Order: sequence, then structure tokens, then C-alpha cells
Amino acid sequence: MNSWRDKLIYIILVGSASTSILIVVLIFVFLGKEAFSFIWDPGFSELWHTKWIPVSFKKEIFGILPLMTGTLLVTALATLLMIPFGVLGAIYVAELASDSERQILKPFIEILAGVPSVVIGFFGLVVLSPIIKHLFGLNTGLTALTGAILLAFMAIPTVLTVSEDAIQSVPRAFREASLALGANQLQTIFRIIVPAALPGIIAAIMLGVGRVIGETMAVLMVTGNAAKITLNPFDSVRTMTATIAAEMGEVAFGSHHYQALFWIGIFLLIMTFLLNLMAQRVLRKYQMR
Amino acid sequence: MKKNHQSKVIIWALRLSTYFIVMVVGYLLFDIIVKGLPTISWSFIFDLPRHSGAEGGILPAIVGTIYLVLGSMIFALPLGMASAIYLSEYAFQGRFNRYVRLAIITLAGVPSVVFGLFGLGLFVLFFGFGASILSGSLTLAFMILPTIIVSSEEALQAVPKGLREGSLALGATMWQTVYKNVLPYALPGMFTGSILGIGRAAGETAPILLTVAAFFLPRLPNSIFDQVMALPYHLYVLATQHPDAQKVLPMQYGTALVLIVIVVFFNLTAIILRNHFRKKIQW
Repeated sequence: MNSWRDKLIYIILVGSASTSILIVVLIFVFLGKEAFSFIWDPGFSELWHTKWIPVSFKKEIFGILPLMTGTLLVTALATLLMIPFGVLGAIYVAELASDSERQILKPFIEILAGVPSVVIGFFGLVVLSPIIKHLFGLNTGLTALTGAILLAFMAIPTVLTVSEDAIQSVPRAFREASLALGANQLQTIFRIIVPAALPGIIAAIMLGVGRVIGETMAVLMVTGNAAKITLNPFDSVRTMTATIAAEMGEVAFGSHHYQALFWIGIFLLIMTFLLNLMAQRVLRKYQMR
Repeated sequence: MKKNHQSKVIIWALRLSTYFIVMVVGYLLFDIIVKGLPTISWSFIFDLPRHSGAEGGILPAIVGTIYLVLGSMIFALPLGMASAIYLSEYAFQGRFNRYVRLAIITLAGVPSVVFGLFGLGLFVLFFGFGASILSGSLTLAFMILPTIIVSSEEALQAVPKGLREGSLALGATMWQTVYKNVLPYALPGMFTGSILGIGRAAGETAPILLTVAAFFLPRLPNSIFDQVMALPYHLYVLATQHPDAQKVLPMQYGTALVLIVIVVFFNLTAIILRNHFRKKIQW
């Protein structure tokens, strides 16, 4: 009687655990299914144009290169901004802050991690973009830089928390040996602890970058959404995620435009998948988890 | 002496860069609370919107968000907890376990808008649920599944081995052990994780944009196959799609405040509960 019930429960548990695998497979299958026939008609090479003109009276052009450079520019800027704040913040919280300070800092960071991206985007729209506009004397505050600042801000909790874990998992003996040899606190931090935690910190940054690439609403609201190839932070850009979110609502199901949007989704999926995989490899290799 | 001075400067630089983040978060909350509060009223929360959201209240969006959160919980909670129990109690290692873990990590990294595409392809079109509460809830459920699994597993792992070994040694089966000796101690932690998941589900926009959210629908949903408005999407629409965005700015702030109160409420509850249980349960 008991063994019969135990078996049933075991089957239910295995089944539940398998759903995660099933969903990952289904994500790839269904993205591929919707995007598939674009390969022959109008042809896979059509994706590599330098212009994205999905709606046109003459000829639609589905070149995703400007969208990729848009994502690249915003991601690169956001990464440059999030590294100092995220990593230095982690060092401070893990090594220098007093217990009572930590009790204040940690909840703030966790709240930031929970603020919905559309609220951050809204804040960027009404508060940050006017500042950017006036500060740099631009025609519009909706630029790649505005988006990058918001994204950096959203990725900081990830970078900070994972880096902090890495710093805290550096063995105590390292710290004590360094201090015993006469190094001061900062020398210990920057010469011993940070180098020892570096793989974990790098993984943290990679996870943060993954978050930035996939973030949608904030960039949709503040980057201006002009699909052009540019490396100027003060230009408006259109990212891959924003394109999907903005255009999927108006597209005819099954059209070339629709399929092209699914291709963008596939590329996004591959990029974030690889980044996450690498980050996990690094974390596991150095036994940070 | 000079060295000492230098290190003080560096420590202050670290401190400032950390507090800068806190200040910006504080300013964001302050700005939204101060400018959102005047809009909040009985009628703002309990009325239907009029004139494409420029007047009236946001009741359908609040109700829609609640439905979506409840819906995603119904699917994600049992699945996530059962997965965590399997991973933590039944299969410690082995190939299947590795694949499941890889899948969870992958899911955790999938961009939310890609979940939206997936939900559109599978639930809206393939299963024919259409743009509906059901499609949106399922999409959100799979998006928050990794959060629930990972934090539930942490809670299970925190239960000492001795409790399991004692029970098994007395002849209890695996499930009896888990049910009587592990779950009672792990459940609070598992629910904490799910509360974090709720917060995420309530605030996400991109997945529901493609699977459920209605631009403007001034009525309450009739069934799970109905479209609904949702707070995050409503805020997006008011802020970027409304012809006179400046005029509806108070409505935007009000909506943002309601959304942030819901999300932060869930997150704070989770944080407080977690700290409470960490202190209370001493092994």
C-alpha cells in the first residue's frame, strides 16, 4: 500500500522536474516553428541587410543588423556603468560595511531588484531623459545612453549580489594570513580577496549582461526606437527586444515581418543562453556555488 | 600617515558609490510616492477607466494583475515545489538531475520578451487559447518557475540531514520522511521564494504584452479566456501611447504607485519572513 503510494508520488515529482526540460525544448521548438519558413521565403540572407523597414509600400526590408548594433551599443554602455557600481558596491557591502549598515543597504538593493522594468522605464522617461537632454544639449533625451543608464541600474542588484557571494566565499584563512603578514585592510581586499573572487565577479558581470540584453520595457520606453546603425551614445537606437515588443502587436500572423520578429527572438535566446552557460561554467569551475 | 589618509579616501569612494545606488532607489520611490499619492483616491482604485485612461480609475488593470498573479501561482507553485523536492530529496546527482539543472538555469536567463513569443506561439496560437488570462498566466508561470524552484530548494537544503536519516533509520519510506520530517520545516522558506515569484509576475510587462494584455478594456473579465488590462501594461500605454501623455501624467504616477506598492509589498513580506524564519529556526 505504502510502496504503491510512494511510487505514484515519485512519478509526480519526476514529472514536475521534467517540465523545466520540456519547457526549454518547447521554447526552442515554437520559436523555430514560427520562424522556420523565412529561411526559404524570402531567404535567410534577407536578415543581414543594414536597414530595418518592416512596413513599406515598395519593398519591406528585414535587416536585423541595426537592431543588433542597437542592442550592442546599449549593452556595452550599460556594462561600463554597472561594473564599477556593482563590483565596488559588492566589495563595500561584503568587506567594509558594518552590520547595521548592511541591514539598511541589503533591503534597498533587493527592492531595486524587484522594481518592475516598466516603472524604471517610466522613471527614465519623466525624470532621466529631460536631465540627459539638458545636460548634453540634445534635441531629445531618448538616447542609447538614457537606456544604458536605466539598464545598468537594473542589472546592479544582480552584479552586486552574485559578486558579494563570491567575495564572501573566499576562505577566511586568505584574509587572516594577509592581515597577519602586515597588509592593511585595503591591501588585503584588492591584492588578495578580489583576485581570489575574480572568477565569481566575472560570472556576476556576465549574468548582469545577460539581464541587460534581454531587458525590454525600459529600453522600449527611453531609447527613441530609431533603427539605425550607430555607435554614438547620444543617438536614438532600437534594440532587438524593443522591436519585438513594439511591433508584434500590429503584425499579421504568419507574415514575413512576423517571422522576422521570431528570428530576432531566436538570436536573443541564443545570446542569453550562451552568456548564462558561460557564467555558470565559471561559477562551477571555481566552486562558487 | 600618508598611506592611512589615502586608504580613507578609497574607503569613502567605495562607500559613496554604494550609497549612490541607495540614493537613486530612494529618490525613485520618493518621486513616485509624492507625485502618485495625490492621484490615489477611492474612485481611482475602484472605478472603470474613461476616455482611454485619461479619466476614471484603474480597477480593470488591478483586477487583471491579480488574476494573472493568481493564475500563474496555480500553475507555478505546485510544479516548482514538486521539482525542488525531487531535486533536493530524491535525486542528488546523476545525468537527469544535471539536465534539469541546466534547464532551470536556461529558463532563468530567457529574456521576458522571448517568453512572450513562446507564449504567443504555444498557448495563444497552437493551443488556441487566444489572447487570454489563461495564456498569460501560463506564460508568466513558466517565467517564474526557476525563481520558485531555486528558492524552494534552498529552503529544503537548509533542513539538517539528521532529520532525514533519523526518520529513514526508523523504517519510514522516502515520502513519509519528506512529508513528515522535512517539509514542515522547509515550507516557510519555500513560500518565501514563491512570494518573490509573485512580485516578479505582477510587474512583468513584455510577456503579457504578447499573450493577454488589452490596450483599453473598461470592463472586468468574464472568463479565463477573456483579455484583461494589467497594471504594468496600462502604465506603459499611458506613458508612451497616449496622445496627450503630459496631461495624463498624474494618472501615470498613480498607476506606477499602485504597481510599486503591490510589488514592493510582496518583496518586503518575503524579505521579512525570510529573516524571521532564519532567526527562529535554530538547529
